[in-house]
Amino acid sequence: MSAVRTEEFMVNMGPHHPSTHGVCRLLLTMDGEKVIKIEPYIGYLHRSIEKICENRTYHQCIPILDRFEYVTAMSCNYVFSLAAEKLAQIEVPERAEYLRVIMLELNRIASHLIFFGTTAMDLGALTPFLYALREREYIMDLFEMTCGQRLTYNYIRIGGVSRDIPAEFVPKCREAIKIIDQKVDEYMALLNGNPIWQKRTIGVGYLSPELAVAYGVSGPILRASGVDFDIRRDDPYSIYDRFDFEIPVRPNGDVFDRYMLRLDEIKQSVRIISQALDGLPEGEIKAKVPLKFKPPAGEVYSRIENSRGEMGVYILSDGTEKPVRVKTRGGSYNHLQVLPEFATDILIADLVAIFASFDIIMPEVDR
Amino acid sequence: MNLIPIVAVELQPIFAWIYRWLEGLGLQGTLLTVVVYAGLGVMVFGVLAVLALFLVWWERKIAGHMQQRFGPMRNGWHGWYQTMMDGLKLLQKEDVLVDTRDKVVFFWAPVICFVAAFLAYVVMPFGDGLIVADLNVGILYIMAVTTFTVISLLMAGWGSNNKYALLGGMRSAAQVVSYEVPMVASILTVILFTGSLSMVDIVESQSGLVFNWFVFRLPFGPVAFMIYITAATAEANRTPFDIPEAEQELVAGFNVEYSGMKFAMFFLAEFVNMFTVSAIAVTLFFGGWQGWEFIPSWIWFLGKTFMVVLLLMLFRWTYPRLRVDQLMEFAWKILIPIAFVNLIVAGWMKYAGWYW
Repeated sequence: MSAVRTEEFMVNMGPHHPSTHGVCRLLLTMDGEKVIKIEPYIGYLHRSIEKICENRTYHQCIPILDRFEYVTAMSCNYVFSLAAEKLAQIEVPERAEYLRVIMLELNRIASHLIFFGTTAMDLGALTPFLYALREREYIMDLFEMTCGQRLTYNYIRIGGVSRDIPAEFVPKCREAIKIIDQKVDEYMALLNGNPIWQKRTIGVGYLSPELAVAYGVSGPILRASGVDFDIRRDDPYSIYDRFDFEIPVRPNGDVFDRYMLRLDEIKQSVRIISQALDGLPEGEIKAKVPLKFKPPAGEVYSRIENSRGEMGVYILSDGTEKPVRVKTRGGSYNHLQVLPEFATDILIADLVAIFASFDIIMPEVDR
Repeated sequence: MNLIPIVAVELQPIFAWIYRWLEGLGLQGTLLTVVVYAGLGVMVFGVLAVLALFLVWWERKIAGHMQQRFGPMRNGWHGWYQTMMDGLKLLQKEDVLVDTRDKVVFFWAPVICFVAAFLAYVVMPFGDGLIVADLNVGILYIMAVTTFTVISLLMAGWGSNNKYALLGGMRSAAQVVSYEVPMVASILTVILFTGSLSMVDIVESQSGLVFNWFVFRLPFGPVAFMIYITAATAEANRTPFDIPEAEQELVAGFNVEYSGMKFAMFFLAEFVNMFTVSAIAVTLFFGGWQGWEFIPSWIWFLGKTFMVVLLLMLFRWTYPRLRVDQLMEFAWKILIPIAFVNLIVAGWMKYAGWYW
């Protein structure tokens, strides 16, 4: 075989490619079907969200930050509100905290459902995507009922939430999470036992816990590698310490574990939501925050556990109406950096599976 | 009055009448034969083109209903002429050409693909007596001409001068060549019992009760059918073996640079190929056009074929896609050994006379 001269060639995967989920460009060096080098190029979706925030008041920042990670816009709302509340030391009413937790967890489920659908689609099974979106629709309806929006909510505000939930929200929400809980079992029945699915996912794309920690990987990917870390439990915010839920951890760190871990998380989110609905108190939904909100000078960093890992906002304030500096942190940025590490012995089909299992979305990377 | 609708045998007077009419025009000898066969060719082509259009629509409907939606609904009743409108749209589209293409190869690839897809129907028995030419090497001829498709896919991959297309073309070559082996082995199992390569003979050897269909000849019949249908899925480039065009990996694979009518030719050829492999499966394993006589034989043939097509469509919308190395592994390490063991067992049973 040595007489045959083979040549490496380079392939641009993206910015427009069906499985890069947005405008990510990966420059692949390939030897036939084998990927021997991956270079991610980013910046195609840069909208300078951080700079825009510097020229807006704190209240005005929230709708802009909706676009920071539009699949879980509630988290973006929340993490900024949390930082501003920390800075100004605002006490948030009890009911608002419960509503926030319900919305955050619903949004986490919606995000994981999208992950499930797109991952299955990237591995060639086109049907589960539609099933996942069907269940996500229940959540979108709930959000629309509450705040009138389906994607960028602008719902969680500094000091509370923008509106109270309508009367029919609670029964509809209970029904929705019940259906979703059942459907997750159906998803597992559809894919887990399938030999093709197992062959494509089990043992593919192993990420060692050391490497994951070294790159600052967080969220489901970190936990799928066996590192038991969840900000909801280890650095509690809001009222997460009041609920009884488990943090799913899986040891193998392959594509299958990353996929299963998210389905497990949906089940835990369902538990949190049902507890929060049971304990939902009456009362105010918003603390009194002036329209000319001026937090004291200082700096603050708040972080929450998003569906894509740690999401954080750093605010530097000089005591005026506008922040001096807003820095956002999204999990996908770190996850994209790990990708070149996988270019050891994988085929292009594995790369697609790994990329899908990382659940990277580009607005979080480029901001 | 005869209440039985026209069966294919009774279509023959019509053909005989046309034949006589042509003779009456003064056509004779070779010229007459050429005209008759050209006419038959046009007829088969027309039927298949309509079938392919129908299959595209049907697949979209099946996909839609499997995915909790309706599929095409706008054009006519449940969108029945949607594919025709799509075809018209593709005809009007600009034929985008890449400057770096290999002009000759790029042009001829879709043509060869399209022609090769239709060639197999020369020996396909659509019904009792409904066959263009009953070659005595029928199934061998089909195996030979359907492999032309892979040449066209390679040509498309090479001529596009695009890396994704090249990868797709290479994948399709590797895949089709590998899966040809178990496919032929399973077909040989059938031929062993019929003793003839002619498609008509194969069908007639399965006449009588349903249990005479080859798929029910235990134990080798069902095994041969399963191997055949797996290999046929790969031959027709359908999920879970659709790696040559694997959308999520290679964007569109070999046809990434094709647009307009050239793309439509690849697209229609894919559906015709799917119908071909299903029709072969019906002929070899499900008794071809045979069934109760009060239903015309060609309806039996089409009905059975559509059932096999339905099976392929259900595969496509259920399964994920295999990886390219796993695909090869599956062919060489699993399918081919089973196919050959099956062939040997069948041969031994034939020799010992343990069959009916």
